[in-house]
Amino acid sequence: MAEILVLVDHADGAVRKPALELLTLARRLGEPSAVVLGAGEAAASIAATAGEYGAATVYVADGAEFADQLVVPKVDALTQIAQDKGVAAVLVTSSGEGKEVAARVALRLGSGLITDAVELEAGDSGPVATQSVFAASYQVKSTVSHGVPVITVKPNSAAPEAAPAAGTVENVTVAFTGNAAKVVSRTPRVSTGRPELTESAIVVSGGRGVGAAEGFGVVEKLADSLGAAVGASRAAVDAGWYPHSNQVGQTGKQVSPQLYVAAGISGAIQHRAGMQTSKTIVAVNKDPEAPIFDLVDYGVVGDLFAVLPQLTDEIGAR
Amino acid sequence: MTLRIAVCVKYVPDATGDRGFADDLTVDRDEVDGLLSELDEYAVEQALRISEESDDAEVTVITVGPDDAKDALRKALSMGADKAVHVNDDDIHGSDVIGTSAIVAKALEKTGFDLVICGMASTDGTMGVLPALLAERLNLPQVTLLSEVSVEGELVKGRRDGDAATELLEAPLPAVVSVTDQSGEARYPSFKGIMAAKKKPVEELDLDDLGIDADEVGLAGSWTQVGEVTARPPRTAGTIVTDEGDGGKQLAAFLSSQKFI
Amino acid sequence: MGNDFDLYRLSEEHDMLRETVRALAEAKITPFAAAVDEEARFPQEALEALVAADLQAVHVPESYGGAGADALATVIVIEEVARACGSSSLIPAVNKLGSLPVILSGSEELKKKYLAPLARGEAMFSYCLSEPDAGSDAAGMKTRAVRDGDFWVLNGVKRWITNAGVSEYYTVMAVTDPEKRSKGISAFVVEKSDEGVSFGAPEKKLGIKGSPTREVYLDNVRIPADRMIGAEGTGFATAMKTLDHTRITIAAQAIGIAQGALDYAKGYVQERKQFGKPIADFQGVQFMLADMAMKLEAARQLTYAAAAKSERVDSDLTFFGAAAKCFASDVAMEVTTDAVQLLGGYGYTRDYPVERMMRDAKITQIYEGTNQVQRIVMARNLP
Repeated sequence: MAEILVLVDHADGAVRKPALELLTLARRLGEPSAVVLGAGEAAASIAATAGEYGAATVYVADGAEFADQLVVPKVDALTQIAQDKGVAAVLVTSSGEGKEVAARVALRLGSGLITDAVELEAGDSGPVATQSVFAASYQVKSTVSHGVPVITVKPNSAAPEAAPAAGTVENVTVAFTGNAAKVVSRTPRVSTGRPELTESAIVVSGGRGVGAAEGFGVVEKLADSLGAAVGASRAAVDAGWYPHSNQVGQTGKQVSPQLYVAAGISGAIQHRAGMQTSKTIVAVNKDPEAPIFDLVDYGVVGDLFAVLPQLTDEIGAR
Repeated sequence: MTLRIAVCVKYVPDATGDRGFADDLTVDRDEVDGLLSELDEYAVEQALRISEESDDAEVTVITVGPDDAKDALRKALSMGADKAVHVNDDDIHGSDVIGTSAIVAKALEKTGFDLVICGMASTDGTMGVLPALLAERLNLPQVTLLSEVSVEGELVKGRRDGDAATELLEAPLPAVVSVTDQSGEARYPSFKGIMAAKKKPVEELDLDDLGIDADEVGLAGSWTQVGEVTARPPRTAGTIVTDEGDGGKQLAAFLSSQKFI
Repeated sequence: MGNDFDLYRLSEEHDMLRETVRALAEAKITPFAAAVDEEARFPQEALEALVAADLQAVHVPESYGGAGADALATVIVIEEVARACGSSSLIPAVNKLGSLPVILSGSEELKKKYLAPLARGEAMFSYCLSEPDAGSDAAGMKTRAVRDGDFWVLNGVKRWITNAGVSEYYTVMAVTDPEKRSKGISAFVVEKSDEGVSFGAPEKKLGIKGSPTREVYLDNVRIPADRMIGAEGTGFATAMKTLDHTRITIAAQAIGIAQGALDYAKGYVQERKQFGKPIADFQGVQFMLADMAMKLEAARQLTYAAAAKSERVDSDLTFFGAAAKCFASDVAMEVTTDAVQLLGGYGYTRDYPVERMMRDAKITQIYEGTNQVQRIVMARNLP
């Protein structure tokens, strides 16, 4: 069976959810194997999780290089394993770094590259990737026509399903090529206790209508009652009301959660580009003409400072 | 020594227009007005700031694109870049990012540079991988997705705000940098800049000049293939209610019916 | 036929300037336009954005540190700022009005001293001609300047002074020889910091509320004799010559405000649905829009032609300047009123920008010579 190589993204010693989605998707294409890089002592438990989600083999490589140098050590490792094992495809999470790693691996392998797939199926001539483009107004199906397909997949593209496999650990010694930027320091992001924006099943976002930084309190309360991540429109971020790391839109994060709640967001193209692929969309806005209402499954024309707290109370009462 | 900064920019269809695809499934460039990709303006801005900080620097802006792409160059020149390189060849049409990176890398080598600066992604393709590919092809360190960048002596330094952590990076020159939209607001061209732009040199190059065979790039040379393009079906009209005191409760009922709560 | 025919179209540079100013205005000025009007406060955000892009006084010649923009480029800047916010457009417009007497008639020293800070964005320039009892009859002014050795001492009251209190510099017309009426008027540069200069309370206006309009009081203001602009007795001639050029900037303002209203109305009629379809589908609405666009385009062509004449200082400039100002401001009033009409009840509320534009448009029919005075000027200078 064709071997499908999955780069397993991890943080704080734990597998990140999108990696489990990748392993789930990989099973549609062949037999998944996982690559765990620079995980230190956590490698064993990460490998075990990868095995639970279908990885027959887990390639583990470690070294200070993974932490001290940007992108390149991962490219070295992934390329080396892909070449040595003669894999049929390489899957990487679509994050800023994931795409960079994938691109360089593709070039080294002499392979075509597809980024930001939202769906992946087996086809007659290799994997068929679906991408959502131009602010999600088009769906494009593409295949790689040269080399081993290297594909990055957006978080939330599939629901992770466990499918226990051997998960046999194989340690790999990587020949590092160097020539990378040095990571002088790394400061982990302070955890808000909320789910990661791109990975969360529910996202509650606030926009210009929130009016002020303090106004995000009602957005956060609703998000917490739903176990959701908090997002913000560019207008709200530009106004300094919420951190840029939470910006949803063309120049921020692109999210496709099961449920997206837009509060006080008009729905300009810039924002739609970041959330239009959400499964269910709900909006609260004072302006009945706001373009966001063209997208919603359910919309409330009204004051978010009245509607959101009432909704939060209702959820609390259930 | 002159610090030679090369900025890679892209001419893209206006994101606020009704973008679509041509018959050959490439991006339709006729229906919507084009412009300098907004995210590349940040790259031009950082190049100009580094240039202004430096005793002696020259900013060259490079694009690969059809005739109209000169508008993107003109904009960058009017912002203050010193000269431009326009790679324009009918055979480039339909190139994927791997092919495009080959062309840009050759153009950079031909132009000469100490520092390459790119935007974080284009606003049409939004892949964000060209800087990494250039670093790979040119065998240089990539110092990418920076929200802050500076050149100090022979080093380029920057701050990368990732999903999980903020990293401080550095690499010796020459290097490939990309900057995010957090790196600092791009300036507007001044009247003087606009008037001066027309007189600045724009070098026109084709594939022959770069020693690239036509079959290595373009649609035919692409390593990916677009099978089908479908317009996303319009979302079916949802229910819109007006809050009359119980909007939150109605919304809760909807979310409950959808099993979210 | 071919696309290489360059008559009756702007140069690429002028088109690009428009694109730039429009982008800047939409990003940095439009978001504050409603608040600036509502709170009747100076558009500081607009000033900062214009200064950052060197657009606050583009007309200043390069030899004095300016951008050296021609009259047509200056018109485009004012027009595009006015499209977003009428009040803010008075920054580049009045900077030209206030400083043009110095540019036209001032000594080399005066130009160096006052134009450089203006070009750097450190100072704005206002123009003081009108008085409480001398409006259309400007030559009937009472402000006196009396020679005292190497100094002139100014006394009087100037009214309707745009950007008074915010500007650092003021071109002040004052009577130096009461016997000679208009030939006895001289022009001076007065600084805000000169002792004896003070300002009245801001006028409570119908429109352009963000641009402060105040009286300027001159109370024994003693200034060095070299602050006189040109020779003694030439002040009124300089003032009139200035207006030949700057009436065109008022026309620019008018077409900018009208364009803002037309653009908003065009968008609205597509969105607003009645009887199950966008109101833009109704012919009555289409006819209104066609008329608005037609009049506005005619006003723009006349204004641009006048601007070109201003740059060349053609002999028929006086007629064209007055005609452009008069026609464009009348058109702006019609177009903005029709825009309010197209928005119906919504247009009449301050939740939408068109009523502000209608109020802002009105002043363009009044200041820098009422449209009645413009008709007198045209009649005396028929082509």
